[in-house]
Amino acid sequence: MASGRTYIWKRGISVSESIELEIFRYCPEKDAEPLFKSYQVPFREDWVVLDAINYIKDELDGTLSYRWSCRMGVCGSCGMMVNGEPKLTCSAFLRDYSSGKIRVEPLQGFPVLRDLVFQMDDFINKLTEVKPYILRNENGEKQVEEGEYLQSPAQLAKYKQYTLCINCMLCYSACPIYALDSEFVGPAAIALAQRYNMDSRDQGRKQRQEVIAGHEGIWQCTFVGECSVVCPKNVDPAAAIQRAKVSSTMDFFKGIITLGSKE
Amino acid sequence: MEVELAQSKEPVIWMLFSAGGMISAMVFPVLLLITGFLLPFEIAGDGTFERIHVALKHPLIKLILFFVISLPFFHWAHRFRFTLVDIGLKHVSLMITVCCYGGAILGSILTIIVLWNI
Amino acid sequence: MKTYQIPVSNTWWLKKKSYFFFVIREMTSLFVAGYCLFLLVFISKAAESQQAYTELLVSLKSPVSILLHLIFLAFILYHAITWFNLTPKIMVLHIGEEKIPDGLIAVSIYIGWLAVSLIILWIIFGG
Repeated sequence: MASGRTYIWKRGISVSESIELEIFRYCPEKDAEPLFKSYQVPFREDWVVLDAINYIKDELDGTLSYRWSCRMGVCGSCGMMVNGEPKLTCSAFLRDYSSGKIRVEPLQGFPVLRDLVFQMDDFINKLTEVKPYILRNENGEKQVEEGEYLQSPAQLAKYKQYTLCINCMLCYSACPIYALDSEFVGPAAIALAQRYNMDSRDQGRKQRQEVIAGHEGIWQCTFVGECSVVCPKNVDPAAAIQRAKVSSTMDFFKGIITLGSKE
Repeated sequence: MEVELAQSKEPVIWMLFSAGGMISAMVFPVLLLITGFLLPFEIAGDGTFERIHVALKHPLIKLILFFVISLPFFHWAHRFRFTLVDIGLKHVSLMITVCCYGGAILGSILTIIVLWNI
Repeated sequence: MKTYQIPVSNTWWLKKKSYFFFVIREMTSLFVAGYCLFLLVFISKAAESQQAYTELLVSLKSPVSILLHLIFLAFILYHAITWFNLTPKIMVLHIGEEKIPDGLIAVSIYIGWLAVSLIILWIIFGG
């Protein structure tokens, strides 16, 4: 009861206030260059940036384009630059931006299609390239009658963190290496490759190495670390990449040691 | 082919970079304290010349010094190469790569010469 | 389909504090290489003769040398601390099936750092 009353009280005082949203607008049919448009939106204590954008779409300017779906930090489609930081707009509260003005842009590092919508083909291709699913060797697949692939809690713990990725692309947006050279495989795809490489049921590491240990893979990363800072799910892709470097280096030295014995 | 090249070349460079980074982080701060302050101002007593002079002739000390100086050169080469590319010199990245690792190799040769002539 | 690519300027690293400190971290390598060269000079003078060594020590007392040493010390300490703090992210060690916590690895590295420093001080001044 008490908390309900607080809520009403907070709404009561906040209705009269408003906040300015400066939105990146780009219309491919009309504009050669993007521009910023300002909108006055009511300030509500419990509103997130996505609520404010929905308000603009519904009440002020129906032409605004953007992506969103679940508004609870799971679908990963509402990522945008909020005051220069990659954020899930469904988790970025207006009340945390006290400056009175919020600038919203499409996630940086990707080609812009329209307003806040960017092209994600490159990321999708990279995701497909690292084969983010369990791979078994030829004839390595168990028959149904043989039962499940068992896994201990300790084996699960080795990769569980990397399964939390929601493909929101905030990490790509925070990565200066990707911004400078989009050939770089990038944080989320490598973290997902690592997720399956570390899975005790998987046998596909060698296939994935072709992509992630090549010239545009892990060796391009200089450990800026921002991908892990912006990740809303604490996947820590930066650590995944460094660990992939360690294991690729160990592969190489193991290769040298065993080369003689193979002959 | 290209993947194989990356898989064989990059791990070696990365190992040298990491080893050099670890060694320089571990020993350079205390060495700076010694060469910059403790020795010139005789804070920890004088008469260190004999001790250092004799120690430098020991083959084990020479070997350690070789790694302590040459590996950090490779650490520099690797970091500096990527930083220059990242801050906008991508168009000359091959030249940067050659200069940086070449510089580290020269530095290591110089280290061998200095230690050899003691 | 027509798209707009937001250009990336070469000064991207000046636009965000964390990017700036990343570039500073990488640039500490210049000081690392510079100090390697100084060590070579120091070694050759100390191996040469008492006179050459004493002359070097006198020049090390100059204000320029003190200032340079302080600058180098600042950057190399920044390198050391960032390096040690990132190491637990790279090294994943297990005791049996239990992962050793990052904090414990970091603490051991700092203890190792102290030990190495003391050993070097002992080699040069001890006994």
